[in-house]
Amino acid sequence: MSHGKGGPSHAPEFVLGLKAAGFDFFAGVPCSLLKGLVSILDKDPDARYVSATREDSAIGMAVGAYLGGKTPMVLMQNSGLGVSVNALASLTTMYAIPTLLVISWRGEGGNDAPEHILMGEIMLPILDLLRIEHRVVSTKEPIAQQIAWAKETMLAKKYPVALIVPGGVLE
Amino acid sequence: MNKMEAIGALMERVGDDTLVVCCNGMIGRELFTAKNRPSNFYMIGSMGLGLSIGLGLALAQPSKKVVVLDGDGNVLMGMNVLASVASEKPANLWHVVLDNQTHASTGGQRTISGQVKLEEVAHAAGYRSATRADDVSAFGAALDRAFAEPGPSMVLGTVEGGTTKGIARVEPSPPELAAMFAREARR
Repeated sequence: MSHGKGGPSHAPEFVLGLKAAGFDFFAGVPCSLLKGLVSILDKDPDARYVSATREDSAIGMAVGAYLGGKTPMVLMQNSGLGVSVNALASLTTMYAIPTLLVISWRGEGGNDAPEHILMGEIMLPILDLLRIEHRVVSTKEPIAQQIAWAKETMLAKKYPVALIVPGGVLE
Repeated sequence: MNKMEAIGALMERVGDDTLVVCCNGMIGRELFTAKNRPSNFYMIGSMGLGLSIGLGLALAQPSKKVVVLDGDGNVLMGMNVLASVASEKPANLWHVVLDNQTHASTGGQRTISGQVKLEEVAHAAGYRSATRADDVSAFGAALDRAFAEPGPSMVLGTVEGGTTKGIARVEPSPPELAAMFAREARR
């Protein structure tokens, strides 16, 4: 894959980018493709990462944190996007709550365990149907710029925005 | 105790700067009718997520008191969040549950809270305290005790089923509700 699989994890750079952009509330449910990111956030007392049990609950926590003045990020495997559809449709988008979703891309290109194949194929169309703007994180341009785009977009639209994380980027 | 009596008993004990997050369904409409205030957040969709919103808010604003007003259907749907609350242990979060053993807004179908005691679930998850009250005076006394101590705690009031006549629908648009509440929450 062209995403730098096998190379160094970009997780430290990603976390620095999140903090520089002002993200200060983190919750989610992990994915192996995000293990570097989760590991850094979970060890960082300033980040105060909430290890949620369901992805839609993590979105609920992010909404509460936003109402309380935080800039929230929720991380999840793309299977969790399925769990989260109603939270996104009838909470985050409906109340105009800016939230950064960091979603791993299991099943990309159809090469994965069977439980990830269909969601890998329909994840981007689901985001499109929810009118959530998304970008696939690339290691070929500075990560901070991609996070800055996400933050500007979510604040300008008062809507969630998604950064999609392929294998090999944040492991 | 009917739900309006329970909501009245709660709201007369809630200070002006206490933030109240209310679950969807009839309870939100009843709270809106009984005591609308900018420090109330009305979750009108996303059943089951009121407690997670309250948890995120309590963590973001540790110096503010946060009350989640919930129903049995919502607690059962979002039961996983009781574990998150117990794990994060926010001292500024109180979980008030009105249990009528029914889904009131969809026609009064039964829930399973008659078989599953929600205050026992909260206790087992690790809330600091969890109590059940069956009438208005016991409910008021349980709220007084809970609010005098750090959270997270649950006060569950058993209430009659049925719907309250003549209650309003929550009027402002969802973005207006969120913006109004956020101004209070960030003060």
